Amino acid sequence: MEAVLIIKGIIILAIFALSLGIAAYETYFERVVAAYIQDRVGPDYAGPAGIFQPLADAGKLFFKEDFIPALADKSLFILGPSLAMLTALLTSAVIPFGDSFIYEGQKILVQGIEVNIGILWVFGIVSLGVYGILIGGWSSNNKYSLYGAIRAASQNISYELAMGLAIIAILMMTGSLSIRSMVEAQHGFNWNIFYQPLGFIIFLTCSFAECNRTPFDLPESENELVAGYHTEYSSMKLGLYLFSEYVNMFISSAVIASLYFGGFNYPGMDWVYSKFTSIWGATVGHNWATVIGICVLMAKIFFFIFLFMWVRWTLPRFRYDQLMDLGWKALIPLAVLNMIITAAAQLSGKPLWIGLILTLIIMLVIFLPAIKKRTVKA
Amino acid sequence: MLSQFGFILLFIVGAFLMLAGILGMARLLRPDKPNDQKLLSYESGENAEGGSLVSFNIRFYVIALIFVLFEVELVFLFPWSVVFGDKQLIEQTNGLWGWFSMAEMFVFIFILSLGLVYAWAQGHLDWLRPDQKVNPFKSEIPSDLYENINKKYS
Amino acid sequence: MDILGLLKNMTITHWSFYIVSMLTLFGALGTIMSKNPIHSVIYLILTFFSLSAHYIMLNAQFLAAVNIIVYAGAIMVLFLFVVMFLNLREENEELPKNSILIAASIVGGIIGITLIAAIRQTQIEKVNPYSFNTKTGLVETLGSLLFNKYLLPFELVSVLFLIAMAGAVMLGKREKGERHF
Repeated sequence: MEAVLIIKGIIILAIFALSLGIAAYETYFERVVAAYIQDRVGPDYAGPAGIFQPLADAGKLFFKEDFIPALADKSLFILGPSLAMLTALLTSAVIPFGDSFIYEGQKILVQGIEVNIGILWVFGIVSLGVYGILIGGWSSNNKYSLYGAIRAASQNISYELAMGLAIIAILMMTGSLSIRSMVEAQHGFNWNIFYQPLGFIIFLTCSFAECNRTPFDLPESENELVAGYHTEYSSMKLGLYLFSEYVNMFISSAVIASLYFGGFNYPGMDWVYSKFTSIWGATVGHNWATVIGICVLMAKIFFFIFLFMWVRWTLPRFRYDQLMDLGWKALIPLAVLNMIITAAAQLSGKPLWIGLILTLIIMLVIFLPAIKKRTVKA
Repeated sequence: MLSQFGFILLFIVGAFLMLAGILGMARLLRPDKPNDQKLLSYESGENAEGGSLVSFNIRFYVIALIFVLFEVELVFLFPWSVVFGDKQLIEQTNGLWGWFSMAEMFVFIFILSLGLVYAWAQGHLDWLRPDQKVNPFKSEIPSDLYENINKKYS
Repeated sequence: MDILGLLKNMTITHWSFYIVSMLTLFGALGTIMSKNPIHSVIYLILTFFSLSAHYIMLNAQFLAAVNIIVYAGAIMVLFLFVVMFLNLREENEELPKNSILIAASIVGGIIGITLIAAIRQTQIEKVNPYSFNTKTGLVETLGSLLFNKYLLPFELVSVLFLIAMAGAVMLGKREKGERHF
């Protein structure tokens, strides 16, 4: 009992450290990517190529004076950013970061907690994510903050629906709510993206909206609302808000990678596994294969983090009516359609073909206008 | 299974401790010299006018109401999606189970979609668009002047 | 009663039950005692969250998740919206009249006593721990029950939703010529 507790404690600490560390370095990557896209140099002062920039930023946040506005609701003012961070961190508990390590004959899953309602836990925590912003914005007693908070709440709940419908389409294929069994069902190259191209696009869009990233960052749009819900925040409380956004980005990248891109699975994993076990024996080989799986998952996660940044520095912000139209009039009907198609595909017995055809159609819809434009120009 | 959820509790406690640690450390490190000016609400440098209690469009509320309904619908869909592809049930019923459960769900979704369509038709999903007005201002400077300058320096 | 001995004999399940119960009661009391309505809503969220923990201890995992998603996640957002709409920030220091307070406490007390008496009178069926199906609260069981045995109620629920949706739409309806803002 004691040993298990200690191991679990270490895993929990490791997940926290991983989330926070990656979130810290995401801020650095964000600047580097932005600089690359805008043809600038980017951070280069703190350390070689500016790699100590996140540390400098965190230090600055710690040493800044913290104001709580006189008219603010003090307890809620502190609760707001704490809740935002809490909800961001809690999601990572159920994500399988790798297969398992064998240690003294015991299998230890590389995962905080393996529960059979994993995806519901993620969904529930995401739905609680509204409160951090809503409470923070309300308690600041500032008009901009309140507008930002209401916008954020409305946006989050609108996109949560389409997200849930996209998740249901995935569930229909796996028949289990545990994220680990979803990942294991995508063994090798049998990734869900080939069956669920439409669902993937919906889920990706919704996760952009849930993270309040550009083009969905209306709650903090600086040219209308100063800084939106965190206008009155300073010092580490502001830091928690900013950090929670990056933690959310990391976690949602991990969820996307696990649900649609096979998690720690990669083509040829069986071959690698058999090679490793024949070279190093069953235990050590298994552990090394797991390490490779973790690296593969991390690569996928970093790709999606990069995608988040790429989109942020490419697309302009939506108008509020466009945002709501996209959520309610495009994504929700599309998600329902996706669900129906998935049901039919599952029953027809050829889900892969239908998925591939769907991919083709989506590609055509997305790229045909662009191709037409180019040919006209030429 | 209970122990797994016990670890979720541990996770929550750990997250709380970490938050307390971060905020406590910041409290120890940072200067704390508040004065009246610093603690004023921010409003673009002016003194704040009136309270922060601004009125909202009722649409936000209606959207939240519709959202609650759809969320409950989602919750009903979760158990369905789990039993939908149940191999055992499909075999027992010669494949009838799949079509049967699909038909059930279609009825359910169809009735709910009616609700969405109704809200849509009533215009509750429409948000006010900003009017785009053409500025009637006419400059006295002819526009070809600019073009000439551009040509000259390009 | 040897309290120390009792404490020693408590298993981890007991401990978590008591801690979670205390949290639930704390949240529930906070909900009705706090003067600021927003605080009340937040206490209520805490209550729902700890109720979910109770469900999990009863191995009703799906119910726990649904409780978090629907009650804590969706309905409480609606509550917060309403409270923010009503502009109830100023704490109303003025308590209602004494006579109302006394009447309210008498009514509340009587209801409480009745409830306690009723619960004491009812015989709760003992569950046999050996024949009890531990998978009762899992989502698979719920799913197959919902789509076999309780099919008609399930479909009727959708009609209920439709009616609720129509109600929501009617609520937000505006008279002609009313100001849009």
